[in-house]
Amino acid sequence: MDAHISLTVDGTERSLDVDTRTTLLDALRERLAVTSPKKGCDHGQCGSCTVLLDGRRHLTCLTLAVAHDGAEVVTAAGLADDGLHPVQQAFLDHDGYQCGYCTPGQVCSAVGMLDEAKQGHPSHVTDDLVGDVDLDDDEIRERMSGNLCRCGAYPGILAAIREAATA
Amino acid sequence: MRAMRYLPAESPVWAVETVAGSPGAQFLAGGTNLVDHLKLGVTAPELLVDISRLPLDQVEQYDDGAGLRIGANVRNSDLAAHPLVRSRMPAVARALLSGASGQIRNQATTAGNLLQRTRCVYFQDVTTPCNKREPGSGCSALEGYGRYNAVLGASAACVTTHPSDLAVALAALDATVVVLGTEGERRVPFADLHRLPGDDPSVDTTLGDGELITSVEVPVSRASERSTYRKVRDRASFAFALVSVAAAVELDGPVVRDVRIAWGGVAHRPWRARLAEAALVGRELTEDAVRSAVDEELADAETTAQTAYKVPMLRNTTALTLTRLAEEETR
Ligand SMILES: Cc1cc2nc3c(=O)[nH]c(=O)nc-3n(C[C@H](O)[C@H](O)[C@H](O)COP(=O)(O)OP(=O)(O)OC[C@H]3O[C@@H](n4cnc5c(N)ncnc54)[C@H](O)[C@@H]3O)c2cc1C
Ligand code: FES
Ligand code: FES
Repeated sequence: MDAHISLTVDGTERSLDVDTRTTLLDALRERLAVTSPKKGCDHGQCGSCTVLLDGRRHLTCLTLAVAHDGAEVVTAAGLADDGLHPVQQAFLDHDGYQCGYCTPGQVCSAVGMLDEAKQGHPSHVTDDLVGDVDLDDDEIRERMSGNLCRCGAYPGILAAIREAATA
Repeated sequence: MRAMRYLPAESPVWAVETVAGSPGAQFLAGGTNLVDHLKLGVTAPELLVDISRLPLDQVEQYDDGAGLRIGANVRNSDLAAHPLVRSRMPAVARALLSGASGQIRNQATTAGNLLQRTRCVYFQDVTTPCNKREPGSGCSALEGYGRYNAVLGASAACVTTHPSDLAVALAALDATVVVLGTEGERRVPFADLHRLPGDDPSVDTTLGDGELITSVEVPVSRASERSTYRKVRDRASFAFALVSVAAAVELDGPVVRDVRIAWGGVAHRPWRARLAEAALVGRELTEDAVRSAVDEELADAETTAQTAYKVPMLRNTTALTLTRLAEEETR
């Protein structure tokens, strides 16, 4: 069964007919040729398909495109305006990648995570649940644990996010 | 994946009426478990009724602050970040924050979390026998990979555990699940929501045909305010529990006035350790007292070489969790 949906992807309005079985990730990559989000595990376990969906970091592999009619999707590619987004620049400055496959997901996840921290959301490693958030290295590692890097570029990823967090 | 129809729910009543009486129809919430199962072939619905945009997304106080009513669609991340959840029922916030990843918590809903299905590798692998997925086919986990298997309440038909962290915290805090069915609304004490496998492990819960969870009510108490959740796992983050402990305590000096203990990773449903609780009420809360209380609860535990580790792990984790809570209380 097909359904007609509209999405705003990186600022551009896109309409398409999708089979109801199509994930948001496949709709973006295979139907709209938006290849910034990557398919790693396809089961929610690696984070490489992360985008900002209606402003929050969100996987695209475990959700059906048809369930997001009218949604706003921002991929890592869409974060850059005139220049690079500060998180993107920090990944460059700190070698936050090797092969780069996980990077778009890492970058979107970091942007969403920094916003959650700014709103005062605690994490699993936050001692005082009702206190302020201090994004130290343990906090960054915990909050980014949904993004795996097969190349093990974690030291650079951590350094990049640490810098973006204090910028 | 089988072709399927998709309908956005118009209202809770409409959703119930559409799913009830249609064995091929299922509710879709955040989709983090159901869409995974569609891909794996674990389930093949003919119709998905998408309830994720129904306005069941509020956290509100009821009865002048006696507790919090949590809408079925409140996202796990929003619930964990809610100021009243953090201050009045930290076990709930901690359980949520220990689960899955930041992205998944932004997507997963309260009801979906409670109704997620087992992570048993055989349940998820359609090439292997599994009584939960295919009644009568056998249980591969009896002889196979069994590190996550149950030690309490299992049966010859199924030895798996319930994977939800949130469910363990809600079991400890005596939540009530509000359910809408074709006959109207009913209220289910949390302890009665999930069932033991018995000879029909294909059924996880006591929910009837087409019944929709609309909210969960969690009472606030002195114990809920002095509560926490501790999860033991193979890596520090983004992993399911080997065992977990939700605990809440109210002390009168050194003596236990009220205590709640629930365990995850132990049984087919969150395990409320009522025998251990009874052994502690009216006693001084010491590490030794907790250890022997846990041993009473675990007297009927059945372990294998692969699960024997869970007994000392439960004893140690429960003792640590409760003595730390007691220290906080007296600080
Ligand atoms: C990689 C990964 C790691 C994870 N780690 C953890 C973890 O450490 N701890 C943990 O607790 N969980 C973990 N999870 C599981 C996750 O928490 C659940 O998948 C999620 O909470 C399910 O919520 P959902 O809204 O996405 O549900 P869905 O997938 O949409 O639905 C799940 C089930 O609930 C039913 N349902 C949903 N809402 C209702 C309702 N209101 N009334 C009746 N039925 C309903 C659906 O029909 C379906 O059967 C993990 C998941 C993944 C993919
Ligand atoms: S592809 Fe989505 S989490 Fe791995
Ligand atoms: S840079 Fe290669 S997977 Fe992360």
